[in-house]
Amino acid sequence: MATVIRPRGQQYVDLLDRVWGERKGLVGWLTTTDHKRIGIMYFFTALAFFGAGGVEALLIRTQLFGPNGHVLSPAAYDQIFTMHGVTMIFLFVIPMTTGAFGNYLLPLMIGARDMAFPRMNAVSYWIYLASGIFMYIALAQGHAPNAGWFDYVPLASKTYSPSINIDYYGWGLIFNGIASTATSINFIVTIFKLRAPGMSLNRMPLFCYAFLAVSFALLFALPSLSVAALFLELDRQLGFQFYTASHGGNPLLWQNLFWIFGHPEVYIIILPAFGIATAIIPTFTKRKMIFFPLVALSEILVAFLGFGVWVHHMFTVGYPTATTVYFAAASLIITIPSAIQLFAWIATIMSGTPEFKTPLLFIVGFILFFIIGGLSGVMLAAIPFDQQVHDSYFVIAHFHFVIFGAAVFPILGGMYFWFPKVTGRMYHEGWGQFSFWCTFVGTLVTFFPMHIVGLMGMVRRNYTYPAGLGFSTLNALETVGAFVLAAGLVSIVANLLISYHKGAPAGNDPWEGDTLEWSTTSPPPPYNYPVIPTVTSPYAMWDTADRELDNKRLERGEGVFALGHRTPGSTVQDAEVDELLEMPPHSIWPPVTALALAGVFVMLLLQHYFIALGFAAVIALTLIGWHRHGAQP
Amino acid sequence: MVKPDPHRPRRAATRYAAAVVVVGGAVVVSGCGRQSIISNKSPQAHGITVLWWWMLGVAAIVFAGAVTFMVIGFVKRRTPGMPIFGRHELAAQMLVLVFGIGIPLAVLIPLFGVSDVYLVQQTSAPLPGTTKLTINVIGHQWWWEARYENGRAVTANEIHIPARTRVNVVATTADVIHSFWVPQLNRKIDMIPGQRNRVLLYADHPGKYRGQCSQYCGLQHANMAMYVIAQPPAAFRAWLKHMATRAATPRTAQARAGERLFMNSQCASCHFIGGTPAQGTVGPNLTHLESRSTLAAGTIPNTRRWLADWIHNPQNIKPGVRMPDLGLSWAEVHTIAAYLEELK
Repeated sequence: MATVIRPRGQQYVDLLDRVWGERKGLVGWLTTTDHKRIGIMYFFTALAFFGAGGVEALLIRTQLFGPNGHVLSPAAYDQIFTMHGVTMIFLFVIPMTTGAFGNYLLPLMIGARDMAFPRMNAVSYWIYLASGIFMYIALAQGHAPNAGWFDYVPLASKTYSPSINIDYYGWGLIFNGIASTATSINFIVTIFKLRAPGMSLNRMPLFCYAFLAVSFALLFALPSLSVAALFLELDRQLGFQFYTASHGGNPLLWQNLFWIFGHPEVYIIILPAFGIATAIIPTFTKRKMIFFPLVALSEILVAFLGFGVWVHHMFTVGYPTATTVYFAAASLIITIPSAIQLFAWIATIMSGTPEFKTPLLFIVGFILFFIIGGLSGVMLAAIPFDQQVHDSYFVIAHFHFVIFGAAVFPILGGMYFWFPKVTGRMYHEGWGQFSFWCTFVGTLVTFFPMHIVGLMGMVRRNYTYPAGLGFSTLNALETVGAFVLAAGLVSIVANLLISYHKGAPAGNDPWEGDTLEWSTTSPPPPYNYPVIPTVTSPYAMWDTADRELDNKRLERGEGVFALGHRTPGSTVQDAEVDELLEMPPHSIWPPVTALALAGVFVMLLLQHYFIALGFAAVIALTLIGWHRHGAQP
Repeated sequence: MVKPDPHRPRRAATRYAAAVVVVGGAVVVSGCGRQSIISNKSPQAHGITVLWWWMLGVAAIVFAGAVTFMVIGFVKRRTPGMPIFGRHELAAQMLVLVFGIGIPLAVLIPLFGVSDVYLVQQTSAPLPGTTKLTINVIGHQWWWEARYENGRAVTANEIHIPARTRVNVVATTADVIHSFWVPQLNRKIDMIPGQRNRVLLYADHPGKYRGQCSQYCGLQHANMAMYVIAQPPAAFRAWLKHMATRAATPRTAQARAGERLFMNSQCASCHFIGGTPAQGTVGPNLTHLESRSTLAAGTIPNTRRWLADWIHNPQNIKPGVRMPDLGLSWAEVHTIAAYLEELK
């Protein structure tokens, strides 16, 4: 019986396969514009940097295991702790959330076939990769940035840091910022213009709200960092005096510019985690999120208010109370949209029928850590208390509960949650739960004692500490915790790698998920959906009648748009289809452009400005190639 | 940066460790000089500690409440709907409103009033001219300079104050940003180029309170400690009077030889010794070096042996410190140490 019965509508699927097919092998990865493949490249690159940042963290903890450690020299320690911060923020969390999760899932969740600008999406990835390599070349040479990720001047000025280390930081961050800016523009346009018909703004999944908020925050926050870094390089390389007090500059200008970026950055890091939580919780509690509109509004509000609190990083610089008190009040107010979301998650879990599988366990861990980090954050908005514990380990404890406990745990949960969708296979549940408990206990043991040593007066960014101040036992405990945590993280990667080869087939929708991505095959085809779905609620996958209708439309060839590399564009508010967008196909130009841009930044680093200009001309040429090919495959 | 000699670091490292044990041990035995904000020794630090315990208490209640909800969610995981209220969506929404908006407002408004309106005033810097004593503390990479009475008396790394007296500290920097922090006495203040920041110091009792630079300032940020030594007012006045005197004249032949060696070597170009040709301002003022209990900003104890080790090879004890290895022989080192030991 070798006769294959062709399902009705198969001819459209064949056509789509042909139109959307990309090249095979390594060339395929180099030239891809498929948001899913770009997402996967982001994922593995960010994971590699997470590994590097993690090893740096373990080196720091090993050095601080006991008083007067000798694992690292002071000079090495300074580079390692700086690179730990830079890596985790710029090369791991943002690329992992926006680059990997956002890229892969967002077009799927809104029923689009790709991002709005597929080639810009590809070039974002290649720029990110190049900027990461740029900064790690510095570490390999032993010239990594060494003035902290916050890089305060005048320590970072030419006078006090004459070698090239800081220039890697300045140019590296500007370089890296281009990738994030392009990504955020891409997200905003994708969310506003490519939503499936019927997915009006109020029917958009909360995950997408979170990414919309993050994209706007990135777009407005990054220029401040880029300007700060540009001023820094002008000071360092060309003798400008933006930050030199003795020449009419002001070192606090750096701090203000840096934190105008740096605080929204915290919400940029954590909002995607909120988005992941709001995707996992309804699925595993089998009920809709409580107070959907208020939660969506809170996500946007957090991103917005995050721009008005930056001086709380600078309560000790000597500003008058009249200045600081405003920022303290703003910092306290931001508690409210955060608490709304927190209790909406908790109430959803309470009133649903939660099934505590690995992804939900990680979300429970996230909620607990977010409460701890949030409560210590409220304490730090009390100005006198902040002025006591500022730059002590109390602050390290606070922000690691927030940006490790609360931002990374949902990423880990999300890795388990969407693994079946991306690979078509199930992970091992037992090992998944083990990895949760291991990372959970590891995180608590590593970071909780830091509150206490901070209160005991242990100062941050010290390569060593003396015995006799009561720090030793707790520091030893923290180091043990760090290794437990590392073991937990390794067990996650091992679980997923083994399951990729040996896991049970997952099917389209192993969790009875609530959003559209579960309606397509696992892994999804290059065009995501044979039929562009129509949507009538934020829980599109639970509207079974709508999904059956999609299947019927495929048989009739409705909403297939198979006559070209196309996706429908829709109106911003109500998502009514108003145009058919021709999507550019795969192309070699994005990586070539990124390579030329890397040339620009290497030459700026080495102060060969005319050669940098030459590389800029090369970019212009690549852009001609990029656009000449246009829409033709 | 100077690379440590590959053949020596182990020994120096062990001895350095021993030094820290000595300093640390002394700290524990004497029962003071700890650095915890909890063991506060002034009304200002006390106010902050009280605020901390209150915040911790309220935070613990909030945390316990949230955990209780989660536990209820776990126990009733097979029953849909809220406990007691059942499947009314309104009950769950009320929970979000009460705990997401109501309770935060009820907690945050008093917190704002107590901390950011009241306590911030209580711990703030004194207005100019309202204290009897002003000390100019200047941060250097990586030590502290303390100047009294417009520089009539200058010392380093050990800041004496009279107990039960409000002292105005004017904090500035000679190079990068540092931060002046003595946790048991008051909150910290950054030392920023181009700015004259101020902070109040007050100690309830005579004692020795450890402080540390708390803003990352480069290689030896970790070894930039200091002590605030609070004395009974009379003893403080005597100390200050002594500090304003010229350096003692060396009495022994070895010390006199040491003085000549000091003045004719690089030492004198960086250090200041009152009443001598040594007029350098790069390193700490050594006029009354022997009145201090530690060297190198709290890194090692000020004993003859450590002093000699320090002069011989400071880079082994505090890698990256601005003081270079001068390549002096041990004989020369001990001659100079003999001189410095007379600077009481």
